[in-house]
Amino acid sequence: MTHTTFIIAAFAVTSAGMAWLIIGSYVTMRRSEALADDLRQQP
Amino acid sequence: MHRFANPARFLRLAKPLTPALFWPGLVLTLGACLWGLFGTPTERLMGDTVKIIFVHVPSAWLGMGGWMAIAIASIVQLVWRHPLAGIAARAIAVPGATFAAICLVTGSIWGRPTWGTWWVWDGRLTSMLVLFFLYLGYIALSSASSEKGDTSRVAAVFGIIGAVNIPIINRSVIWWESQHQKASITLGGSSIDDAYLVPLFVSVAGFSLLFGALVLMRMRAALAEMRIEARMRRMAED
Repeated sequence: MTHTTFIIAAFAVTSAGMAWLIIGSYVTMRRSEALADDLRQQP
Repeated sequence: MHRFANPARFLRLAKPLTPALFWPGLVLTLGACLWGLFGTPTERLMGDTVKIIFVHVPSAWLGMGGWMAIAIASIVQLVWRHPLAGIAARAIAVPGATFAAICLVTGSIWGRPTWGTWWVWDGRLTSMLVLFFLYLGYIALSSASSEKGDTSRVAAVFGIIGAVNIPIINRSVIWWESQHQKASITLGGSSIDDAYLVPLFVSVAGFSLLFGALVLMRMRAALAEMRIEARMRRMAED
């Protein structure tokens, strides 16, 4: 394996971890805030 | 500090602060990674694998910094009973664990071409692995205590005790024989050439801003979930 393979693997792992973290946190936040706002508007 | 104990006041600050941290963080992180990958020279001894430094070092620092933040938030939670401190500590745990995991995996990938092995049980690597397991323990404890509805004091005590591991990680390369190199950046200066050091600091700044944005997102989600629970309880009582 060349050095390039290891570099690509390291950046791919980081990108995957960051993408999972960002998308997961954003979706959870939006979903929870939308539900909380919906419930507040209910009589 | 108690000014922000009011969740409504905190949210007024957190809502504009989340994108203000996220977008510059994303731009700096992507820019630093591209700069590191394509704009830095090949290192004399390590060759091109040195480019892994731009993701490995920020994740290591944030993995350790995350736990220090958990410990400080836990102290604030236990001593001053600040209502947002426990929520902040819990919000830090998953990003901190992810950064610790990224540090371990990218370090292992870097170790194979430079040391000839994926893993060695030396002080630095083992103490970093312990940090990752501490994060998993903290996540399990804090979710168990929030399910029971108490104030997660056990998790806070665990967060404070676990901070003992941080100086061990930091000093491990001095205390024990290690495959891992000694600290290249200290308070006294740096042994890294500016060609790598400048994009490295940009990368650390970018990842740190993203970390801050992620913690705010998770705190906002936790506060919204608390509002939902309170509302459901009121609806059930009516």
